[in-house]
Amino acid sequence: MDRGTTGRNQETGAPEGDFVTVRDGTEAAVSARPRPADAGALRRAAHPALDTAMTDVVPAEEALSRKEQKREALYVSRIKVHPKDVRGTIRTIKWLVLAACLAVYYIGPWLRWDRGPDAPSQALLLDFPNRKFYLFWIEIWPQEIYYLTALLIVAALLLFLATSLAGRVWCGYACPQTVWTDLFMWVERRIEGDRNARIRLDKAPMSAGKFAKRSAKHGIWMVIALLTGGAWIMYFYDAPTLVGEFFTGQAPTAVYFFVGLFTATTYLLAGLAREQVCVYMCPWPRFQAALLDDDSLIVTYEHHRGEPRGKHKRGDSWDGRGDCIDCTQCVAVCPTGIDIRDGLQFECIGCGLCIDACDTVMDKVERPRGLIKFDSERNQALIARGEAPTRWTKRIVRPRTIVYAVLIVAVLTAFLTSLSTRSALDLTVLRDRNPLYVTLSDGSIRNGFTVRIINQHHETRVFALTLDQVAQAAFTVPGLVERSPGPILLEAGPDTVVSHRVFVSLPPEAVDGSARSVTFVVTDQTDGSSDAYATTFRGPE
Amino acid sequence: MADQPEIDRLTGQKTTGHQWDGIKELNTPLPKWWLYVFYASILFSLVYVVLYPAIPTLTGYTRGILGYDQRVQLEASLAEQAAARAQYIDRIAASDLADIQSDAELATFALAGGQTAFADNCVPCHGLGGAGQDGGYPSLADDDWLWGGTLDDIHQTLQVGIRADHPQTRTSMMPAYGVLNMLDEGQIADIAHHVLTLAGDAAEDAEAAARGAEVYNIQCAACHAADGAGNTLLGAPALNDRIWLYGGTHEEIAAQIYEPRHGVMPAWGRLGDDAIKMLTLYVHNLGGGE
Repeated sequence: MDRGTTGRNQETGAPEGDFVTVRDGTEAAVSARPRPADAGALRRAAHPALDTAMTDVVPAEEALSRKEQKREALYVSRIKVHPKDVRGTIRTIKWLVLAACLAVYYIGPWLRWDRGPDAPSQALLLDFPNRKFYLFWIEIWPQEIYYLTALLIVAALLLFLATSLAGRVWCGYACPQTVWTDLFMWVERRIEGDRNARIRLDKAPMSAGKFAKRSAKHGIWMVIALLTGGAWIMYFYDAPTLVGEFFTGQAPTAVYFFVGLFTATTYLLAGLAREQVCVYMCPWPRFQAALLDDDSLIVTYEHHRGEPRGKHKRGDSWDGRGDCIDCTQCVAVCPTGIDIRDGLQFECIGCGLCIDACDTVMDKVERPRGLIKFDSERNQALIARGEAPTRWTKRIVRPRTIVYAVLIVAVLTAFLTSLSTRSALDLTVLRDRNPLYVTLSDGSIRNGFTVRIINQHHETRVFALTLDQVAQAAFTVPGLVERSPGPILLEAGPDTVVSHRVFVSLPPEAVDGSARSVTFVVTDQTDGSSDAYATTFRGPE
Repeated sequence: MADQPEIDRLTGQKTTGHQWDGIKELNTPLPKWWLYVFYASILFSLVYVVLYPAIPTLTGYTRGILGYDQRVQLEASLAEQAAARAQYIDRIAASDLADIQSDAELATFALAGGQTAFADNCVPCHGLGGAGQDGGYPSLADDDWLWGGTLDDIHQTLQVGIRADHPQTRTSMMPAYGVLNMLDEGQIADIAHHVLTLAGDAAEDAEAAARGAEVYNIQCAACHAADGAGNTLLGAPALNDRIWLYGGTHEEIAAQIYEPRHGVMPAWGRLGDDAIKMLTLYVHNLGGGE
């Protein structure tokens, strides 16, 4: 899975220096690289003079990537990541997406939608006790649960398409784990300061000041976690009612349990576990590699331009060296603590914050932006060979994305067509299997049916039930009608399913043999809509 | 198998020192918290083994100090069920049949209970759904009743049975006209022709039917009535309909006159009054109740 670290970049990238093709098994390629564990020390040894000279341009602190810090034991202690604050276009986009996601999540349950007096007025409501889902104008009853399948298929396909086009944008921007981790880090940064201050605070012995900061941080985290857990529950109950009941202690026990559960998991996952979720727990990074191809956008470091890297003093020539000044800002800002210069790694969530960090540095050293950028592997290989990159239209329009797009449109069309043409009336007829038929005294043949009418209107409706094109039928509904020629009138309350035993008798000549097909038709007496159900009427041989 | 860990030259990563057929395993360390979660799971299982039934022994199993037992749980939930049913059973015992039928909640309970009792006791002869069987097991779903199809009739039949060992059992005996030489075979054939016309069919042999009608009026009309309507008080089946207990061909009817077969149903009083009431409602609801 960890395909990026072994060969990819060497394949596509720099012909010079350490990085030559590995695919043919050349060993010299990597053996010349510094050993991960002491990479920082090696760098400092290599550039003793530059180390201090750079301080006026970029911060001097060394940030070591996850790989560099990894010890060679069978189990490793967690390497704590202290992501540095960063400013730039991508950070701004990420804040906007975060705000939008949080807004949708917290505001969602408070949206109202008028459905009349007999139905809930919450726009988004998953009503499990009554087994009905309300999504704005859509109502899903248990027998229509396959509509949710369609939504899930569309969601999956959208994810595939987004990944194929733009890489792991889901992971980097919209995944709840990313959104809440970002939010929690923002709180942390407000209270404990930026990267260096936090590293110092971690190392400092416990004091009143440290205790106060830590308490404030965890306190605010808990409040956010509680709000998160609380908002989740509101999708399942009427939100305003629930808030009242919650604080007066009248809410169901299950509500308190789930609020507690989601509070605890939010606190644990976004506050404490963070990148550990992405790196060790989540299956998505593992199989997302299968959805990426050479044309997907990934966060990529331009080896051919950046190498050989090294410290750079203002006024020094840029000839014969790469643009990377080895300031490690890309590592410092990374929320999962990796070095993007090692190539595509499964730990990379594709958020692109390193792009902002690198662009800032490039501006300061007056080199062009884009040493780290969103680009496709194919483009990088082409550029490295001195060829023109693929046109963006060609990158976007290719068989894979066309197939995904067509599938999305097809499923959505089928889903919306089915949804908009479905009736609020549904008829199901289940015929008796024992006895298959009954001969009555006058020789007529009687079959028993269980007729089920679903009334999805928010008001009581009266339905006329009859057999299509069978004039001689006589209907008996125990307690309601006795051998009536039909149509018989059946009432169904608002949002209810009514079930009736209906006996239908036909003269023997109308049955004509052991079976004939019949079609039940039910007609809404208010709006004239109808539904039909074809079944079989059995008789003697 | 285990060598010294070494640096893999291609990736720069250390190996675990494990080697299979020349294939070496890279060491990609797991996080320590993962290991601690594993230890915590082991600890949980140890606590569980102490608290709950866990380990089989030669003669049984370790009981665990909490004394948890699924049989006890089952008994408790069965008792809970019985308590939930008791209120309905009590009401059924206290109400008469018509009242149960008109109380929707009680009727639903009674029908469900009746269905269970029917499946346990009645289905072997009367079939699922009261479909009946050839050879004298009447359908309970049609509109033709030997001993009456009102709630009270059905209740009475269930209670005392038919030709059963109950002192008040319902009983009737049609004479074996042929075996006892009360009628000769020609007369029996004539009567069978007449009986077929009662049901509304055109006579196969009008002369025979006319001869049969005379004998019928003397011998049969007392119980089966002159128009063949039968008599549910006597258990005399209606002959003027399309429902035949022992078959409706001329031959089958003649055979029944020659040497009648008589069905037997046990008295079901042993099921208890509540069950009989529920059965009555269920049978009445099969489609033929009067």
